[in-house]
Amino acid sequence: MTPGILLMFVLALSGIGFAVGRQRALSVAGGDARRLHSRPSYHGAAVLMFTAIPAVILLLAWVFLRPLLAPGVSAVAAPAAVAIAALAGLALATFRIRIDLRARNIVETLIIAILIGCSLIAVATTIGIIVSLVFETVHFFQLYPAQDFFLSTTWNPRFGGGSDLGLWPLLWGTLYVSLVALVVAVPIGLMAAVYLSEYASRRTRAFAKPAIEVLAGIPTIVYGLFALVTVGPFLRDWLAQPLGLGSSSSSVMTAGLVMGIMLIPFVSSLSDDIMNAVPQAMRDGSYGLGATQSETVRRVVLPAALPGIVGAILLAASRAIGETMIVVMGAGAAARLDLNPFEAMTTITVKIVSQLTGDTEFASPETLVAFALGLTLFCFTLVLNVLAMWIVRKYREQYE
Amino acid sequence: MTDTPAPHRSLYDTSDRIRRRNASEKRFRVMGISAIVVSILALAMLLVSVLGSGLGAFRQTFVTIPVALDAAVLDKAGNRNPDEMKKVTTVGYEKLLRKALVDAIAAAGLPVGDLTEKEIAGLLSQEAPATLRNQVLADPSLVGQTVTLDVLANGRVDGFLKGRVTLQSAERDSNISPAQLHLVQAMQGAGMVGLAFNPAFLTAPDASDLRPEAAGLGVAILGSAYMMLVVLLLALPIGVGAAIYLEEFAPKNRFTDLIEVNISNLAAVPSIVYGILGLAVFINIFELPRSAPIVGGLVLTLMTLPRIIIPARAALKSVPPSIRDAALGVGASRLQAVFHHVLPLAMPGILTGVIIGLAQALGETAPLLLIGMVAFVKGYPSAPPEGLFDAASALPVQVYNFTTRGDPAFVERASGAIVVLLVFLIVMNTAAVLLRRRFERRW
Repeated sequence: MTPGILLMFVLALSGIGFAVGRQRALSVAGGDARRLHSRPSYHGAAVLMFTAIPAVILLLAWVFLRPLLAPGVSAVAAPAAVAIAALAGLALATFRIRIDLRARNIVETLIIAILIGCSLIAVATTIGIIVSLVFETVHFFQLYPAQDFFLSTTWNPRFGGGSDLGLWPLLWGTLYVSLVALVVAVPIGLMAAVYLSEYASRRTRAFAKPAIEVLAGIPTIVYGLFALVTVGPFLRDWLAQPLGLGSSSSSVMTAGLVMGIMLIPFVSSLSDDIMNAVPQAMRDGSYGLGATQSETVRRVVLPAALPGIVGAILLAASRAIGETMIVVMGAGAAARLDLNPFEAMTTITVKIVSQLTGDTEFASPETLVAFALGLTLFCFTLVLNVLAMWIVRKYREQYE
Repeated sequence: MTDTPAPHRSLYDTSDRIRRRNASEKRFRVMGISAIVVSILALAMLLVSVLGSGLGAFRQTFVTIPVALDAAVLDKAGNRNPDEMKKVTTVGYEKLLRKALVDAIAAAGLPVGDLTEKEIAGLLSQEAPATLRNQVLADPSLVGQTVTLDVLANGRVDGFLKGRVTLQSAERDSNISPAQLHLVQAMQGAGMVGLAFNPAFLTAPDASDLRPEAAGLGVAILGSAYMMLVVLLLALPIGVGAAIYLEEFAPKNRFTDLIEVNISNLAAVPSIVYGILGLAVFINIFELPRSAPIVGGLVLTLMTLPRIIIPARAALKSVPPSIRDAALGVGASRLQAVFHHVLPLAMPGILTGVIIGLAQALGETAPLLLIGMVAFVKGYPSAPPEGLFDAASALPVQVYNFTTRGDPAFVERASGAIVVLLVFLIVMNTAAVLLRRRFERRW
């Protein structure tokens, strides 16, 4: 008995339940629906829900907990329990139908409960992320000393034991790539936002704003390939090699530059919104004193919008730190602490991918370190996100 | 009033100071325009670079030769029974193809120099015998006939026709020699070799490192489609349900505040963290199979949910309260007011958000790498729901997979896969825009 067939059975039974419940409600009322508290369809829906909900919950539990159950239970008892639950629900709900049964209230209470369940999935996701990261990180620190992870400056995993798993080279690579990306994205994004919100004509805006936002909709794998095939070799052949700075096509510069392009719309869209929220009266006051448009932007609009712009930059920074595919394909895999931006370096996300892909068993520190790295990443981005959202919200309140 | 009066000056004379200020105004404006131009140029370069190398993947080099399907070799029993014909392995077909190619070259009178038969056969793809074998097994009546076939050429020959492989590069290449390429040139002159549209790129499964010419996206497209199915079936109802509860029914208290902050945070969590979650929970604890679309779909669902809930709430919020009040006024319950009146009016906005969320999920790569979707998968998954548990690939992961291989022919295929991915994304986003234009209402 496969779950698929069982699900079909439960759904079919629920459909029958609806029809049966509706008919029974009508016959209890002697064919006159007006005598019922609730309309017949609600009686049908109540039967349907009593048939389907417990059975589907059991079914899901069976599918997900199958590895934990004994084979006999899994093959026979569990499907039987599901079928019995469906039939029992159907029978119980059908025989309960009376003229004054408040079927609508029952159905609505159940629906609200389902809706609450839907919103709790978001909470469950967060709990799942935190618990799985913390649990495996603790496991990791039992096998590998925490002070070495946080203080060591070498990263040299060796499958077979005796690895150095220091966080610093990865953290440095992550921050360096993100810095390069922000150095590219912030000026371009900010100037684009200034031009779009203060200078551009309606037609320019209608064309340029969506064009820039397309950059945000392109999957990161496309940027990764762009870095790997076009930008990396270009930088190597035209900048790094003539200047004698290195001969690697994957480098901090490659990844940072491409990531910077990706981040432009993140900076520009939010800054654009925020600058549009600055009251026109402030601009008019500045023009009235004889300031030029650029002086108004620099002395009045930007300072007024500054908190929001800082929020936008923090959100972009959080994106940069958590970005994976561009650095996997553009930054390289060598963990080193270096200042030369044309050297290949590696980041936290690259190492999470490389430690967890392939055949992984969850017993060695070389695999479990990925969870500690994941937790580090999660904490960093969480702090940046919360700070950014707090700043943006505070700022919005200021002018509302 | 001891100040000496300022010298009279007309407003029409510009002072140095004014000139400086105007120049700086102009500079500022130019900086703004250049920022826009740079962004759009970057977009254009990105697309040109991908499209430029990717469109080639849709055309492939074929060798057109008559192949005698010898009954004595392929069907010794002579009863055209596919089960018995399966005894003949690809080696047998390889010999047939080799003979056919050598004969065809001799018949056309092309100079072969001192190339051995093996080197001549090396112009064909190693995948070609298997393709021919499947073709014959599917249609046993072909045996005994001589059919003219378009046989897949080797990746290097394909590269030569597309300009990726040159006579110089062939000298350093162990897989092809300049003499072989001269023969290809002669064959091209005789019309035996040429580029043609290659539908197999969209339907064939992945191929091994030595056969880039045979690699296709069939399994990846199917896997992505399965995952999108899972995401749609789960994220749409759950996301809309959560949005309805939070927007219409939730009381204002600390707990619902917590849910709201939580959802906006989840939308900004790096996607790779969802991959770790999927690995730890779905694969480690629930022991679901690796590389399976169901796991990928579940991970992408969790990732997409907040990105669906936020626009869905905005859509519900934009429905004016008078609609609810009118429904409540004629005796509807709160639930009836929402489900019969508010939700249908908010539906276009909600669906727009769902499509955009799905498009993001379709292009997501990082979490899928962690749950093992990067594995080499050659068999198609079966039909859902069972097929959801079979191993499959996904389009963006297939792109990554291609780029990790040594042969530069795979870069072309990676770009081609991106072209396919972008076509899907453009279709989805256009649908979202049209939906918004068509049904958006301003109250």
